[in-house]
Amino acid sequence: MTAETILSVRGLCTDFSGDRGNVRVLDDVSFDVGRGRIVGVVGESGSGKSMTALSLMGLVPQPQGRVSARSITLDGRDITRLGPAGMRGIRGRDIAMVFQEPMTSLNPVRRVWEQVGEPLAIHHGLGRRAIRARVLEMFELVGIPEPQTRLDAYPHQLSGGLRQRAMIAMGLICEPKLLIADEPTTALDVTTQSQILHLMRDLRDRVGTSIILITHDLGIIAEMCDEVNVMYAGQLVEQADVFSLFETPSHPYTRGLLASIPRATEPRAGRRMPSIPGMVPNLARLPPGCRFNPRCGAAMPVCLQRDPVLTGIAPGHAARCWLHSPNGDRT
Amino acid sequence: MSRSSDLTDAPEALEEASFLRDTLRAFRRNRMAMLGLGFVLLLVLGAIFAPWISPHDPYRVALDEQLLPASTTYWLGTDNFGRDVLTRILYGARISLVVGIVPSLISLSIGTMMGILSGYLGGRTDFVIMRLADMMIAFPSLLLAMVVMYTLGANLLNIFLALALVGWASVARVVRSQTLALREKEFIEAARANGTARVTVMLRHIFPNVIPTLIVLFTLAIPEAIMWESSLSFLGVGVQPPEASWGLLVAKGKEYMFQAPTVAIAPGVAILLTVLAFNFIGDGLRDALDPSMKD
Repeated sequence: MTAETILSVRGLCTDFSGDRGNVRVLDDVSFDVGRGRIVGVVGESGSGKSMTALSLMGLVPQPQGRVSARSITLDGRDITRLGPAGMRGIRGRDIAMVFQEPMTSLNPVRRVWEQVGEPLAIHHGLGRRAIRARVLEMFELVGIPEPQTRLDAYPHQLSGGLRQRAMIAMGLICEPKLLIADEPTTALDVTTQSQILHLMRDLRDRVGTSIILITHDLGIIAEMCDEVNVMYAGQLVEQADVFSLFETPSHPYTRGLLASIPRATEPRAGRRMPSIPGMVPNLARLPPGCRFNPRCGAAMPVCLQRDPVLTGIAPGHAARCWLHSPNGDRT
Repeated sequence: MSRSSDLTDAPEALEEASFLRDTLRAFRRNRMAMLGLGFVLLLVLGAIFAPWISPHDPYRVALDEQLLPASTTYWLGTDNFGRDVLTRILYGARISLVVGIVPSLISLSIGTMMGILSGYLGGRTDFVIMRLADMMIAFPSLLLAMVVMYTLGANLLNIFLALALVGWASVARVVRSQTLALREKEFIEAARANGTARVTVMLRHIFPNVIPTLIVLFTLAIPEAIMWESSLSFLGVGVQPPEASWGLLVAKGKEYMFQAPTVAIAPGVAILLTVLAFNFIGDGLRDALDPSMKD
């Protein structure tokens, strides 16, 4: 990775223990986020995208969930050894998060400015007046029209797009090193969606915050991200910069995802939209060998026996597939 | 505070709108609520200034004036000792109002605290608090209250104690279930993602969302407490005659139901109207506090 790495995750594993034993929902996830970069995490529902975010934030439900990692380095500091209080000090100040549902991410009985400014009260101990002034600045920054009149609004008085802008303002108010956006536009309509995405990219340029963008929409990835991590069933299956990923997708899953994007230019009279057959396996009953083998068109005998490892294909491009593994039996 | 230094001449947009002012304005617009508030205020004034309002002595026994019907001297007639019923209702309001409100507040406060702690923290805390509440609910509450009154003596303070002891468990249960639902909301997760401490999440995020429920519980608890007090008084461990409380007045008056119905019915109506008034106030407050009902 480049000289300035803001976040470096190595060997992140998250387990959930329930009545029927242990389920590993994240398996050996490692990736880097450079300063000022937008890194995408993409995958189907249940692939572990959101769990990655929650694990980084230390918000995995306790006591069922257990997070372990060889190291998670945030701006040169290993945060795996921080206790709950230490993580509280980091959340909202160094890493902030924007959630999927702007309609429910704001407390309905509190005024918007109080909530947006809460991180300032927590991490910097600012007084109400100072917080209010700062929130006003942030509202202007995130392009909320008539920011003065919106300060005292209650969440229900704002549209979905405005609420998501307010959430982004809340995420950025302490100027965090890293913003994790978990499907920030899924609940918004298409025009609002593109506004919010432009806003996020614009803010990245102006504030310099790195962004982890979690989405299932490859269109958003193509438009927004510098690097991409493709996840499947709790593992990273492909890692690449955005150009390599779209030009030479190397994992059959990535290829399948790319093939499933509907294209308006293609005439496809009467043809079904292509999709990947099957669905994400139950993490408690994973198939033997490669986790993707039941759905993979290119599955080989070795795929049914042994789990491939993430293997470099080109500089900055890796895939977890026997097709690219020198040790794979190419039969 | 460093950021605020350059904001000394801040525009008036930085003046925050007052939540209290908004709430009061919304409350004032609610006619039934204002009516209820008016009635309760009138009652409170009547109770405080009873000695100056009423020309009669609530304790003077006049055996030659027993069970008189309503007249211009005795507006609601007299009871079996010849005491003016209206005067005794006014004096009774002192005890009944206090007994209605104070223990309800106590049990509501304890119950809310326990419920939020139990629901939000979960685990062992939840287990301990809920088993404690189960014990309270499983034990015959009248018996429990009577034990308290017997051992500690029949006075007002002990009535508060007994009623709070009996009342908090059900409040805790309701608040806990609300907290469990709220805990899964995304805004709680968002608050945690901001680094909000658990105590702050409970106070700033959970508690305000429980308030509407608390108000409903409060308006229900007041009549219940008044009833409890009358039960205890009726059983002889509550307010002691010749002191008057509404429950006691109804209990004693019911023996003369056929000769002088007003003796029992008048304090009963007083209870009814008070309960109704508190319900209107509660409804008004709930609506006024709900942000989505304003403007």
